[in-house]
Amino acid sequence: MTFQEITALIAARFTESGLDIDTKGTQPILIVPLEDVAEICRFLHEDEQLYFDFLECITAMDNGPGIATMEVIYNMTSIPYGHNLALKTVFPRNTPDQTLPSVPSVSHIWRTADWHEREAFDLMGIYFEGHPDLRRILLPEDWEGHPLRKDYTVQERYHGIYVRYEDGNSEQLPENEDRA
Amino acid sequence: MSDKIKTGNGGIILTNAEDLMNWARLSSLWPMGFGIACCAIEMMAAYASNYDLERFGILPRPSPRQSDVMIVAGTVTFRMADRIRRLYEQMPEPRYVISMGSCSNCGGPYWEHGYHVVKGVDRIIPVDVYVPGCPPRPEALIGGFLKLQEKIRGEHPIAPELFLEMESENAALPVA
Repeated sequence: MTFQEITALIAARFTESGLDIDTKGTQPILIVPLEDVAEICRFLHEDEQLYFDFLECITAMDNGPGIATMEVIYNMTSIPYGHNLALKTVFPRNTPDQTLPSVPSVSHIWRTADWHEREAFDLMGIYFEGHPDLRRILLPEDWEGHPLRKDYTVQERYHGIYVRYEDGNSEQLPENEDRA
Repeated sequence: MSDKIKTGNGGIILTNAEDLMNWARLSSLWPMGFGIACCAIEMMAAYASNYDLERFGILPRPSPRQSDVMIVAGTVTFRMADRIRRLYEQMPEPRYVISMGSCSNCGGPYWEHGYHVVKGVDRIIPVDVYVPGCPPRPEALIGGFLKLQEKIRGEHPIAPELFLEMESENAALPVA
């Protein structure tokens, strides 16, 4: 099934959501509104003609404080039909004093989304609503911040260990300060 | 066989307790059997038959309580740092640490952007020997062990501190 056919099926089912299409890249991307992500994913998974049974990857992107948006991209494949789809949703980024942006979880549709969403939460700071176990997956539980954000600055110390490297160019830690 | 039965004609070796103790220690260095990242592959190669660390009396022990040396072979992440510190604390004294490879020496390729890597394992535990390389070849690790043996050979495990102080003062005095 081609991208156009898949898009037509979704557009026929979700008449009220504002779908958008990005065909600039090698793979066309379907851009869907944030609040419909879980619904559309359920449709993609359950529809007999589509049958997207394999969620390949969830990618999270930070466009930085300038554009002030973030993106989550879902790549999926239907193993029996052999067709693919890239689905994207764009939403506003939070400033440091706001709560994390919230995206509907798809972990109840594809189990593999569980860890992908935990990773996106850990490194990008995206809250997945409805996720059963949203903890950090790679970094320690008491780590501060989300390192793949464009405006991330690493914390000074972790459990008393001085974090930054001292290369002689950047600011040096005073000699009498303990590095451990 | 019969001529090897004790005849009383055997020679004797004169030494002192300190040298004997140091010799015993440096001839049976038991590293803790653990590895963190790719350097551990080279470490395993060094243990295996081609390089055969056992000819130096070095064999890995699966418990920190029975090991003398800790080889930090790999990238030390902050998540791992607490565990490594605990393992080190569980080792009985005298204990030694070999930092193997760039990552555990100074952070390695993660020195600038690796927010998750401890920039040198010496920030969490004291290191005796640094083995450079990314990863170091087994020969380099063996070299590190020889350096450690050299260090142990020069130690004074039972000499009282006061005696050592007096000796160094005497050495500083001008010869009459």
